Amino acid sequence: MTGTAIAHALNRGLRDALAADNKVLLLGEDIGRLGGVFRVTAELQKDFGESRVVDAPLGEAGIVGSAIGLAMAGYRPVCEIQFDGFTFPAMNQIVTQLAKYRHRSGGLVSLPVVIRIPVGGGIGAIEHHGESPEAYFAHTAGLRVLSPSTAQDAYDLIGQAVRCDDPVVFLEPKRSYWRKGELDTATQPSAMDSARVVRRGGDLTLVAYGALVPIALEAAEALAEEGRDVEVVDLRSLSPVDDETVVESVRRTGRLVIAHEASRTAGLGGELAARVQAAAFYSLEAPIVRVTGHDTPYPAARLEADWLPNLDRILEGCDESYAH
Amino acid sequence: MDPSPSPPEPWSALDAEGRLTAHELLPSGDDALDLHRAHRDMVLARRLDTEAIALQRQGELGLWPSLLGQEAAQVGAASALHERDVVFPTYREHAAAWCRGVDPVDLLGLFRGTTLGGWDPHERGFNLYTLVIGAHTLHGVGYAMGIVRDGDVGTGDPGRDRAVLVFLGDGALSEGETNEAFVWAAAQNLPVVFFCQNNQWAISAPYSVQSRVPAAQRSQGFGFPGVRVDGNDVVACHAAAHEALSTARRGGGPTLIEAVTYRRNPHTTSDDDSRYRAAAENDDWAQRDPIERLRSHLGESSESLRAEEDRLADRLRRGCRELPVPAPDSPFRHTFAELPRELAKQLEEHLAFVQGQQA
Ligand SMILES: Cc1ncc(C[n+]2csc(CCOP(=O)(O)OP(=O)(O)O)c2C)c(N)n1
Repeated sequence: MTGTAIAHALNRGLRDALAADNKVLLLGEDIGRLGGVFRVTAELQKDFGESRVVDAPLGEAGIVGSAIGLAMAGYRPVCEIQFDGFTFPAMNQIVTQLAKYRHRSGGLVSLPVVIRIPVGGGIGAIEHHGESPEAYFAHTAGLRVLSPSTAQDAYDLIGQAVRCDDPVVFLEPKRSYWRKGELDTATQPSAMDSARVVRRGGDLTLVAYGALVPIALEAAEALAEEGRDVEVVDLRSLSPVDDETVVESVRRTGRLVIAHEASRTAGLGGELAARVQAAAFYSLEAPIVRVTGHDTPYPAARLEADWLPNLDRILEGCDESYAH
Repeated sequence: MDPSPSPPEPWSALDAEGRLTAHELLPSGDDALDLHRAHRDMVLARRLDTEAIALQRQGELGLWPSLLGQEAAQVGAASALHERDVVFPTYREHAAAWCRGVDPVDLLGLFRGTTLGGWDPHERGFNLYTLVIGAHTLHGVGYAMGIVRDGDVGTGDPGRDRAVLVFLGDGALSEGETNEAFVWAAAQNLPVVFFCQNNQWAISAPYSVQSRVPAAQRSQGFGFPGVRVDGNDVVACHAAAHEALSTARRGGGPTLIEAVTYRRNPHTTSDDDSRYRAAAENDDWAQRDPIERLRSHLGESSESLRAEEDRLADRLRRGCRELPVPAPDSPFRHTFAELPRELAKQLEEHLAFVQGQQA
């Protein structure tokens, strides 16, 4: 397969951001010589130096907390948290400090900090190396939450995140790092808080983000063989969430299925369902269906294949909707 | 084994009777502490504190964390700052804020509930108060990394070299984030001074709950110097802060200063300290009052500043009541750099509701 892997697109995006603005810095564990455990920052320290690409001491609060101070001093730090499960030691800095400072200062202080986190399951990882923490961040006012699903989006969104004056939590679906796709670094990216219709269709809207987008597309192809016409929407921005694109789609299709890996309770699917039913109640021909992870911790890797929403579960979700 | 057989006596320059010893260790020339100015700053900061407590009692403030007894530590440290240095305070640094030129009325807003901040952090190099213990120690470290990257350290140009002063309490030493801040500061040799006011208490927890060794000794394990000074001696606090800040600006790395002092009032106006400590302990520390000590050295009377104090008190009383309540749209405007659509919708709904309430 030709094209560029998402990890390489991110690397290219970070490289271009470092080159474009010398206030941009990268901070994280093992991001220098090693290039990060997923190699997203490969070669960047060699080319930009140790003071721009900083190998951090092992301490997540330290990474985010010092990024906040750097931002106060006029820098634009991009933090890497090594794995989703290790974000939690930094939650205090993210929630009580990073998210609130603009508000507390009456708009006087911007904290343009990006926190990159490899997220989600599907790589057979050991415990704490597979989590879906997006709802914590989406629930926190003052944070933007992005999650790319293609190489083009990875490149566009990381660049926009770095240039953005708000704190951005940037969720990288780790099982998608080596997925390849077209990358054109010269196109004008669409607005970073907009969802994208990735497949047009007329009788069901299937919403996903991150690693589930390609699986949603597979589901749509499979259903097409049965004469169904599924529209697939990639959210891209989980906060603010572009419900208008979803509502507009549901008005046309009459059905909505939402898929995510995170637990169901208080997850993004619930939020989106509430908004869509409020805005398009009379367009709905069936109850909104959620295909999600369960309200348990991520299971041991050998159970993951059935626990995570996969092609079959998404197809079942669609069938449930069509059954009405 | 006793980990600390004999903690060093905190270093003093003004002895209990107000006699100045250790002249040779004090900064000189432009860097010498202006004792009259220090006296004035301490007296006015204390009056600010007294008035704020009164305002709280009158229901004008929801809460006030008093600094009574800690004036010397704060004025000593803050008077050693250069203009371009930057301070990261906790929530009790009213005297430091005063020395930095933050409008004292602005300090009240957070406690009156009119704001979550109250001043422009950039204008005075004095960041917003931090209520989450220890969180800001890392912000100081990150800021210091910025200073290093700006090349504003170790140039030898006093108009250019800068440092960061982080205030923390003895309780904050136990937080993981403070310890991470020490690791970062040490490993990168950052221009940051951690100024710990060991006021003996973290709400009801005595220092022995936090540590078996004096605070100043903590830095050793991280690889940078720690010094223990008499926190009720403004001259000693100034000298220690001057030395540490100069070292930091020069590129010599971090220092932890432990200013041994005492919080003479309850933790905040909501606290009942009679439940956890003896009044006699407080009396004992009242004998070592930092303002009285400097006064006996200067031979100055407490009357000299009375008129200025009263003017400040008037201004605080009036200013407090006049603190503007922010517009109902302000949380919406200052959550993101630009208003997202969803928030714009919520703002519209909220404003319609607020206008409905007023009608
Ligand atoms: C992270 C965190 N935990 C608990 C508290 C509640 N709390 C407020 S002040 C305080 C004691 C702080 O003591 P110290 O650091 O010595 O500062 P002091 O108040 O004595 O100046 C506590 C436990 C808090 N504000 N933040």
